Amino acid sequence: MSQTTLTFLLMDAPYEQTRTSTAFRLIDCALRGGFSVQVFAYEGAVSLPFARQRGHANAQHGRTVDEEAHPTPHAWVSALFELAKERGVTFDWVNCGLCVDERGATDVVPGVRRGAPGDFWKMALHSANTLVIPTR
Amino acid sequence: MRVLQIVETAYRATLEEQDDTVLWFTQALRSVSASVDVLLWGTAVSYAVRGQSATGFRVGRWSQQHPPAIEREIVELIESGARIAALEEDLAERGIASESLIAGIEVLSRKSLGGLFGQYARIWKW
Repeated sequence: MSQTTLTFLLMDAPYEQTRTSTAFRLIDCALRGGFSVQVFAYEGAVSLPFARQRGHANAQHGRTVDEEAHPTPHAWVSALFELAKERGVTFDWVNCGLCVDERGATDVVPGVRRGAPGDFWKMALHSANTLVIPTR
Repeated sequence: MRVLQIVETAYRATLEEQDDTVLWFTQALRSVSASVDVLLWGTAVSYAVRGQSATGFRVGRWSQQHPPAIEREIVELIESGARIAALEEDLAERGIASESLIAGIEVLSRKSLGGLFGQYARIWKW
């Protein structure tokens, strides 16, 4: 098992563009490959693990709420914690605290921590590499 | 570990945030002794211009008391020892003359970027 750690900084809010799902694909691949992963969520990305996201029915799709099984990013975050546990690697998710306060996004899924840019710097110092995926 | 932050998008949520989020982040990293410099690229070269003001934002009876002060952020970064550079070609495209730049900003050509990037362990492009 690799002891290598990778860090990702995410910035985009959920449900706005394709960078979010791409980032989750990359993190999923890294964890499956035996890498430990650290995520620092900055600005809108602190809403990714927001626990109050809810799926909805979709009349245009002709599906009920249960049938639609609408994706929620907080479930993806939880799934990454579970995947890391299964693979025996470390997964850490730190939400920028001031960004959380601005958005009232305090109710997050288990495992998510509150932090500051200094935490991101520590992550980067202890990682083989760091990928920043900013808002465009 | 030396890091170069490339800022490409200017004025992204600067009124709401009262600053540029990447410059703010850079200041925060430098406050924990991180060695971080900045390259202004694309629309963000506008940040290099002296004398900008974002005052006057009003919505109904609400008016902003503390607008973003990008020039002050840039000056504070320079005073803290950060290297702040702007891309020459992007300045020229926007008609920004060197006389209008904040003192201390380096102007670098696109062809010098390879050498610049070689000086850093990490390049983070925002």
